Amino acid sequence: MVKEEQETANRPDNTAFTQQRLPAWQPMLSAGIVIPGFVLIGLAFIGIGVALFVTTRSIQVLELDYSGVEQSSPCFKCSDTSTKNCVCNMNFNLDKLFEGPVFFYYGLSNYFQNFRRYGVSKDLDQLSGNLDNFENPTDDCVPFQYDANKKPIVPCGAVANSIFNDTFKLYQIIGGTKKPVPLDGKGIAWWTDYNIKNRNPSVTPLKNAFNGTVQPSNWPKPAYELDPTDPANNGFINQDFLVWMRRAALPNFRKLYRRIAEEDYAQGLPAGNYSLEIAYNYPVLSFDGRKKVVLSNVSWMGGKNEFLGIAYLVIGSLCVVMSVVMLIVYAKFKFPDEE
Amino acid sequence: MKWRNPVDLVRDALRGQRARDKDLRNLVSNLPYEGLEKSKQPNRHFPGNAIKTTKYTLLLFIPVNLFEQFHRMANLYFVGLAILNFVPVVNAFQPEVALIPICAILSLTALKDAWEDFRRYQSDRKLNNTPCLIYSRKEVGFIERCWKDVRVGDFVKVVCNEIVPADLLLLYTADPDGVCLIETANLDGESNLKQRRVVPGLCISDPRFEPESFNGIVVCEKPNNNLNHFKCYVERPDEEKVGAGLESLLLRGCTVRNTDHAVGFVVYAGHETKSMLNNGGPRYKRSRLERRLNVDVIFCVILLFAMCIVAAVGHCLWLQAVPGVPPYLVPDSAGRLDSPALSGFYMFFTMIILLQVLIPISLYVSIELVKIGQIFFITNDIDLYDEGTDSGMQCKALNITEDLGQVQYIFSDKTGTLTENKMVFRRCSIMGVEYPHKENAIRLNVLEEAESEEEIIFNQPPRTGWSMDFENSEPEGRHHHHHHHGSRRKSKVSGQGQKDVAFSSPLETDVIPDRKLLQQISRSQEKDPYLDFFLALAICNTVVVSMATARRRRASWFSPSGRTNNPLETVSTLVKKVGSLFTSGQKPIHQHLTVSKSDMVIEEDDLSSEGIREKTEDLDGLETCSLHAASPSHKESAASDNLRYEAESPDEAALVYAAKAYGFTLLARTPDSVTVRLPSGKDLVFELVDTLAFDSNRKRMSVLVRHPITREYVLYTKGADYAIMELLGTPYAEHFSGSEKNIASDTQHHLDCYAKEGLRTLCITKKVVSDKEYMSWSLQRQRALAAIEQREELVMETAVQLETNLSLLGATGVEDRLQENVPDTIIALREAGIQVWVLTGDKPETAVNIGYACRLLEEEDLVINMSCKNKAVCTSILDCTLEEVRRYDENPQNVDTTPNISLVIDGRTLVMALSPDLENRFVDLTKRCRSVLCCRVTPLQKSKVVKVVREKLKVMTLAVGDGANDVNMIQAADIGIGISGQEGMQAVMASDFAISRFKHLKKLLLVHGHWCYTRLANMIIYFFYKNVAYVNLLFWYQFFCGFSGTAMIDYWLMIFFNLFFTSVPPIMYGIMDKDVSAEILLGLPELYRTGQGTGEYNFFTFWISILDAFYQSLVCFFIPYLVYVDSDVGLFTFGTPLNTVSLFTILLHLSIEIKSWTVVHWIIQVGSVALYFIVTLAYSAICITCNPPSNPYWILQSQMADPMFYLICIITTVVALLPRYMFHVIKNSIAPSPLIQAKLLDRLDPSARERCIREWRSFRGGVHLEDSRSSTPPSPALEIPVEMYTKSTGAAELMEDEFVLNVITDNYLRHNGPGT
Repeated sequence: MVKEEQETANRPDNTAFTQQRLPAWQPMLSAGIVIPGFVLIGLAFIGIGVALFVTTRSIQVLELDYSGVEQSSPCFKCSDTSTKNCVCNMNFNLDKLFEGPVFFYYGLSNYFQNFRRYGVSKDLDQLSGNLDNFENPTDDCVPFQYDANKKPIVPCGAVANSIFNDTFKLYQIIGGTKKPVPLDGKGIAWWTDYNIKNRNPSVTPLKNAFNGTVQPSNWPKPAYELDPTDPANNGFINQDFLVWMRRAALPNFRKLYRRIAEEDYAQGLPAGNYSLEIAYNYPVLSFDGRKKVVLSNVSWMGGKNEFLGIAYLVIGSLCVVMSVVMLIVYAKFKFPDEE
Repeated sequence: MKWRNPVDLVRDALRGQRARDKDLRNLVSNLPYEGLEKSKQPNRHFPGNAIKTTKYTLLLFIPVNLFEQFHRMANLYFVGLAILNFVPVVNAFQPEVALIPICAILSLTALKDAWEDFRRYQSDRKLNNTPCLIYSRKEVGFIERCWKDVRVGDFVKVVCNEIVPADLLLLYTADPDGVCLIETANLDGESNLKQRRVVPGLCISDPRFEPESFNGIVVCEKPNNNLNHFKCYVERPDEEKVGAGLESLLLRGCTVRNTDHAVGFVVYAGHETKSMLNNGGPRYKRSRLERRLNVDVIFCVILLFAMCIVAAVGHCLWLQAVPGVPPYLVPDSAGRLDSPALSGFYMFFTMIILLQVLIPISLYVSIELVKIGQIFFITNDIDLYDEGTDSGMQCKALNITEDLGQVQYIFSDKTGTLTENKMVFRRCSIMGVEYPHKENAIRLNVLEEAESEEEIIFNQPPRTGWSMDFENSEPEGRHHHHHHHGSRRKSKVSGQGQKDVAFSSPLETDVIPDRKLLQQISRSQEKDPYLDFFLALAICNTVVVSMATARRRRASWFSPSGRTNNPLETVSTLVKKVGSLFTSGQKPIHQHLTVSKSDMVIEEDDLSSEGIREKTEDLDGLETCSLHAASPSHKESAASDNLRYEAESPDEAALVYAAKAYGFTLLARTPDSVTVRLPSGKDLVFELVDTLAFDSNRKRMSVLVRHPITREYVLYTKGADYAIMELLGTPYAEHFSGSEKNIASDTQHHLDCYAKEGLRTLCITKKVVSDKEYMSWSLQRQRALAAIEQREELVMETAVQLETNLSLLGATGVEDRLQENVPDTIIALREAGIQVWVLTGDKPETAVNIGYACRLLEEEDLVINMSCKNKAVCTSILDCTLEEVRRYDENPQNVDTTPNISLVIDGRTLVMALSPDLENRFVDLTKRCRSVLCCRVTPLQKSKVVKVVREKLKVMTLAVGDGANDVNMIQAADIGIGISGQEGMQAVMASDFAISRFKHLKKLLLVHGHWCYTRLANMIIYFFYKNVAYVNLLFWYQFFCGFSGTAMIDYWLMIFFNLFFTSVPPIMYGIMDKDVSAEILLGLPELYRTGQGTGEYNFFTFWISILDAFYQSLVCFFIPYLVYVDSDVGLFTFGTPLNTVSLFTILLHLSIEIKSWTVVHWIIQVGSVALYFIVTLAYSAICITCNPPSNPYWILQSQMADPMFYLICIITTVVALLPRYMFHVIKNSIAPSPLIQAKLLDRLDPSARERCIREWRSFRGGVHLEDSRSSTPPSPALEIPVEMYTKSTGAAELMEDEFVLNVITDNYLRHNGPGT
């Protein structure tokens, strides 16, 4: 018996795996087989496309450019960087109900928040409340790491320093009087940003944590005083700050500023005249940029975007057309396996 | 340790260096110096016997290993990138992160190296600590020490079945004749016993050997790696020199057999031993595909640079277009901004870092893995396993598997490759009379049938007194005897299973004598040509006689080459382990890496009974046993039946067996005597005066003996007919004077007939040397033997001097049978578009005959025979033949009627044809020939032919051979295949792949070659595609981030993407994809043609896939872009769907390409997707600030909660893959490639498939195969080539060596009409 084994010691295993005989499925890509698949995919895509298209058509969007580049613009006077604390008003009219909840965005164009050197210029550990990084911010923040007196800047870095600092007030004009529209700034940032990623140092009062540090040069107020009305909206968990710190992917972007979903405006903005009061602080002419305010309502698929619906419709139809082509091919060229 | 002057130390070291480098070494015994300190030892300069094959030491591992690794270009590329990343102005990622790939690769490789080195260390240690016996003066005897303690100058005793620890000069053996038998299977695989003898005249008549009395100086040459060559002499105190050569050298690694013990003087130890010097590293060849691949990698580099330049220029222009200083431009610490041009310059390097994946470094690693997998499957193919020799396929070269799928030319050896190299005595001619041995022929036929039908003729119990006597005399044998009542198959298996008894199958050992010849012998008296003929057969050889009952043990020792640092071997054992786990196989894994006594496997020799059992064959010729003239008793002849002959060349054994059948039994052979039992029962002991060994220049060997009765010196010579016929002198024996003139020509005629039958022929001659002649010759001979310089030449000269004026006794015809399925294999290979050349040392007639037998030549072929004496003739023949062939080819009438042209050329003509001025014409001619037969070529010519064809035609060549004479050719070809057969292992050791039978070539090339090639080619194309498709996403994004080098995907996820999510599928695809099943590939050899030439991987397919990658990356980028444009999407929120979409696209792209889905494919494909989601989700959930400043926290989670994410993924993937999918569908529908059509056959049930294959072959045969004529009956005019060889030529005519250009024009006339 032992001998027997030795004689065939080098004999390979005769298994389906080693002999490459595992049962296999061999799909054949030929016209006859793919026609039903194409028809199905085409029809499904057309269905999705129609649904998307209908949905996106129902979304209302209002954009107001207030960069003040054109002389006719009410904000032209503010576009000069030398004027400080400039306020301008934009008026607009809604001829039908702007359904709620209405999202209030500010938009910037030609603004490269995704610029690499800019994007890395922040200190995540600092923002997560690590006091060591208050004293010694990461080198990524250079040149917004220390001020001229070698005091650490908190929050450091270019992203924080360049925070968008225009503020808006919306009024409905009813009979010549301005009725302020309540803007809700709660929960506009990501829940995880507010609750997990960014933390204030656990020092009370918060102000003490910032001892020995300076605020970023562009900031009028230190971080712990961003929102005097709400202590939970200060420091690194200020909603506007969080929104700004989440960098936009593309150079033309909008960021959520407020939501309109309260009081009389829970159903949306009724038809009528509105006035937007803008505290114009942020310079955009240095990079040929534009600023705008966007009012939009959202559906399950987010904001208005007609592209996806159209794409689905086009591709769906293409699939159907191709299945017809296939049918012709199929009729013309018989398949070898059916001979 | 005493302090020594450093100057002394240096001086000593220099002296040692000089001593090692000298051409001659003087060695003395260590014994007088025993116990003295090292500096007093005379042989201290020579290395000890401890071996160290490890590359590293524990302390220096890291620096040495790093140094080694940085020799690789790929690693340097990685390091360059990592360093670049540390330059702040250009870095694309956090510097530390960029170290990950290089660190991962370096540490993985280092781990692998360390593991391999550790194994080498272990095996070294085991070997070094193997016990052996060294003489000690203190103990006055041999004491047990370790191998590593052996030093040059020691006396080592080796007992039977022990392995020789170092190269020993044999001084003493237990054998009274001073003979030691060794087996060199561990060195060269040759398993026949070889005889070694003590250095003569040194230790005269000592009953016990006294090493202390040895006081000579051994002078030997510098160590070299030639296993078959050794020169040394021993200078005795009386200044007499005693020469010794290889015949007295026991090589390290050999096993002592059949000798109780032997003592030798260590001449070389450790790394200087011949076996260690032979221990070369693994072969590295670069495959054609890889060369092509490197070109494409350069294209990738160009592409990378182009993209980087675009980004750099774009960045520069973009910066210039910015009117002011926007808040997003970050100044440096001094508050300055770089100028746009400088920033652009920096950006170029940043982009190189960002887009580095474009250079597919991981491709090289993947290719290595794929090849390991492919080799695993090749070596595990049970169809390539030969039960007879219990050997499967061996892959020695690890990186040319895909070349197997592109072979265009095969160069094959004949003997042992196409044929079995098992010689069977067929017929002989003595004194011009032919003895056809009809009974023998019948027996062979019967045997053959029995073998093929597995009949049980051989299983009848042994009859009559034979077995009874046998059992009485050999109780040991009886044991086996009864065990052999198994099936015929089993006995065949065991017959071939043990290589150490190569020639014991009944086919070879049993010859049924020709009755007429028997009668002739019984009538003959002493001193008669018949007697001389058989005496010559019995004596004139180097056959070693051993008793079949002697037990032989075999050690499974390492093979020297197997122990080299072969990374594949180790990895593939691992793979094998995994594979066997996977398939629940529980086969023990074999390791041949170690040696120890416990590893020795005792194999009893059960063949002892075979020779006897065969006697019981019930054939009509059995009564011829009684014609065995008067064997004294059954018992005695049983003893002689027990003899086993072991020969270095199988024909020798065949002849000895033949002589034995006629009663001339070779009983014993010692260095000094040969004992032969005559039919009369008388034992003749011939004094063996000298043996003039065979060499390929003389093509003959001679034995000079002293006849015991007549006291004459008799020289028996046997050799190739053309080597002998020139040397014939006076015809034999006066009393045949009447017919003497005709003997030579009659014999020549018979020889030609034999050759036509495909038999191997040998001429047997005799010469009586007068005492005077002998005396003068022997003086010269001795001088030649003692010479150190040019010894070979001198020895050969003396041999030539003696071998003159021979008298022809007769000739023998020995059959070398074709291996099974050879014709079938050759036909299949030819259908596959492969040109087959046969290069043989045989004479043209034999070669042509074998050519017909193995279907290399067809009956209707035109055979051009080129054989000419001088170059002018050769040139003109070449020219006019070429002219004819060309003219014939160009004639439009002959499109379909081209007869297949075959060329037969002999060695001498070949030399001329391959001369620089003619080789182009020769190659041009051979290109138009379907097959080429080169006869009488030397090993060097073989390799020259291969080289010329390979270089001139730029084709993929494969050489296959089994013997040492094929080594050159095997090494010259792109792929060398060794057949592990009867002729030792030199060919196998030089080869890239080793197979056991020629027929395995069919599956190896047609199936594995095809698979390996298509798999690897497609895998590489896919890999290029994959990298470009993924990296381009980053590139397109640069247009939207000011060309600033931003990645919208977290860097870790990018690394994971290449490392985990998309790395396994292509590797699996490269290992396991199967475009067409093995059955179809074997059934339709022409499918092989798809891989030849440029095959599936060429310029076109590469760029198509790159273009497709560009298209897909555009789709994958811009569809999500258009969806998210003008929205509040964040950086990574935008990147996540891109990453996901590109994962789906890349994996589904592969799914389109995968031809057959097994469960492994499903697991890996689905697993990759699952892994992506699991890893990314986990990473996004855990990593809050782990990778600053990048932060993918909770991104994928939030995306997966958004329905848009899914809608984007679906449409993008569909749009990206639609063109490729459609292309495949339409192509498969409108113009399916042969492979697709063949694949369709796979779906049919077996019988229908068979039918389809037949139809296909007959249908397509005419179009694709030149070989379309097989159906038409051969026309008479085309049979000329066959006729050509029926013209019998006398010896004289043959000597003229006139060229014969076959009458090719006759056929042309027939086809072309009188117009030509």
